[in-house]
Amino acid sequence: MSTENSMKKETHHLRRMATIWIILSVAADLLFMFWIAPHVPPGTMTDTARANQFDFNVLFLMAFPVLIGVWVYMGYAIVNWSAKRAGVPEPIGGPAARGNLKAQVSWIVVTSVIVLFLAGFGTVALIGGKGSGGGEGPNPVWMPAGSAKAETAALTSSASWTPGSNQVLVVQVIGQQWQFTYRYPQFGGFESPKLIIPNNTEIAFNVTSLDVIHSFWAYQLSVKADANPQQNDVAYAKTDQLGNFTVRCSELCGIWHGAMFNYGKVVTPSDFQNWATSTEAANAANTKNLPPFAWTYVPDANGAAGGYYIDGNVTPYSQVETYGAKQPTS
Amino acid sequence: MSMRGRLATVLGLFLVAVGLIVWSVAAFLTPGTPGGVMDFTKTHAPGQAVNITAQTVGSIGFGPHPTWVSYLVKDPTTGKWVQDTTWKLPANTTINMTIYNYDSGSPLRNQQLGQVLGTTNGKATLDGTSFSNYNSNTGDGVGHTFAVPSLGVYVPLAGVNGNATLCGVAPCHVNQPHRTVTFSFRTGAAGSYRWQCFVPCGLGYLYGNGGGMSTQNYMGGFLEVVR
Ligand SMILES: [Cu+2]
Ligand SMILES: [Cu+2]
Repeated sequence: MSTENSMKKETHHLRRMATIWIILSVAADLLFMFWIAPHVPPGTMTDTARANQFDFNVLFLMAFPVLIGVWVYMGYAIVNWSAKRAGVPEPIGGPAARGNLKAQVSWIVVTSVIVLFLAGFGTVALIGGKGSGGGEGPNPVWMPAGSAKAETAALTSSASWTPGSNQVLVVQVIGQQWQFTYRYPQFGGFESPKLIIPNNTEIAFNVTSLDVIHSFWAYQLSVKADANPQQNDVAYAKTDQLGNFTVRCSELCGIWHGAMFNYGKVVTPSDFQNWATSTEAANAANTKNLPPFAWTYVPDANGAAGGYYIDGNVTPYSQVETYGAKQPTS
Repeated sequence: MSMRGRLATVLGLFLVAVGLIVWSVAAFLTPGTPGGVMDFTKTHAPGQAVNITAQTVGSIGFGPHPTWVSYLVKDPTTGKWVQDTTWKLPANTTINMTIYNYDSGSPLRNQQLGQVLGTTNGKATLDGTSFSNYNSNTGDGVGHTFAVPSLGVYVPLAGVNGNATLCGVAPCHVNQPHRTVTFSFRTGAAGSYRWQCFVPCGLGYLYGNGGGMSTQNYMGGFLEVVR
């Protein structure tokens, strides 16, 4: 067999593999996009959930052609270059393998472009506010409009929330062994084991703990924040779908950790207001016994004796201490 | 040994081995029964409420951890007090609870648990007086709570005056200082519902939530609700 002939045959192989690869990749991506992508977790209950789903889907769409490329090459090689196949030369004693600059350069270029694109995309998605990171935590890098105002107001007894006002709803998540309870500072600071939130509303979850480390994971809302004693971890999500969601503790916290879950609900803003005002009224006598609303509380680590108190050492929303220079002055 | 005898031996040993494997896999996959289950379904007539009588004590006074706090429950057939926190209950049934608390109290770590929730009418009675919330910062505080989070049931059990001579060995008797709390709630669909005390009463442990708070048959267990 002449060298020219085998070169021709190689290009022929490459063209055939490329054709199979393109057809399969386009088919897989299209099938994925229309059939699976809308159902990829965590769903579309909030803007952050939607952004997470979008990020996952971008990764899938990029990964399928790579995966299929590897499989097509492997399948093609098994079928066409099997030693059992007539006319295929013995693997031992054949001509020495030659380098192929074109193949090497294109391999390096293609993989670099894919990886660099994904690194750039990931960074933008992570710090872009609506992505996976959001810069949330005890010192949120990114805060949705109106959140600082609502959070600052939450510490006063005059904070309020009304449907259609476009206000941020502040919800405090309190982890304890073994359940989460929720405080609503804009409704007189009542506390409840139920997590009900209004639709089409930016929610600021302020997460803390009264004892060991827990983790607040509202799966369908795409919110996950550590619940640490004497720390206020903030996470945001804007609701845009009615329905139930699951809250789980995702930090091993003792014997009933596995039972530390509850189901939350996104309801219409007016239904939420009805629930919140009626619960505020029903719990009013007991709410008076609670400590004033604060970002963190100091429990007594020695056992039963002692209630929980506002932490005098951490001034919430201090420009320097708690939220850094990013904290607006409003 | 004859060929037939050898074959029979091999076959016999093979069957023994298979039997052992099947038995151990089945044993591994079958959930064990924890300690014991107090069955309230045997004595239950359809359509009727179930009455449960329980007591909470500051120290159980016997067993491997005599100083630990504990719940005890009255066996509905024998009338004896048993240290057992897995209770088998019929589904969609009203449960009438009577709890005698023989322990002293303190302010709650989370005052929210002073609120009665999830009971019939949102009420409970304390020594015969109806109440819907209890301020643990005053009086003798709260000794323990009875809570079934998945059913939304929360009831604080007010404490006994700490100066009284408290019962130190369970089961305690009603002529010893105690508070009586009664309430009713409904079981829902069949399933396993965790219940627990929310007062960090495991004294001497981190955050008060170790010891009896972290051991079944002391301060928490399951309602095994069956159809
Ligand atoms: Cu936890
Ligand atoms: Cu207790």
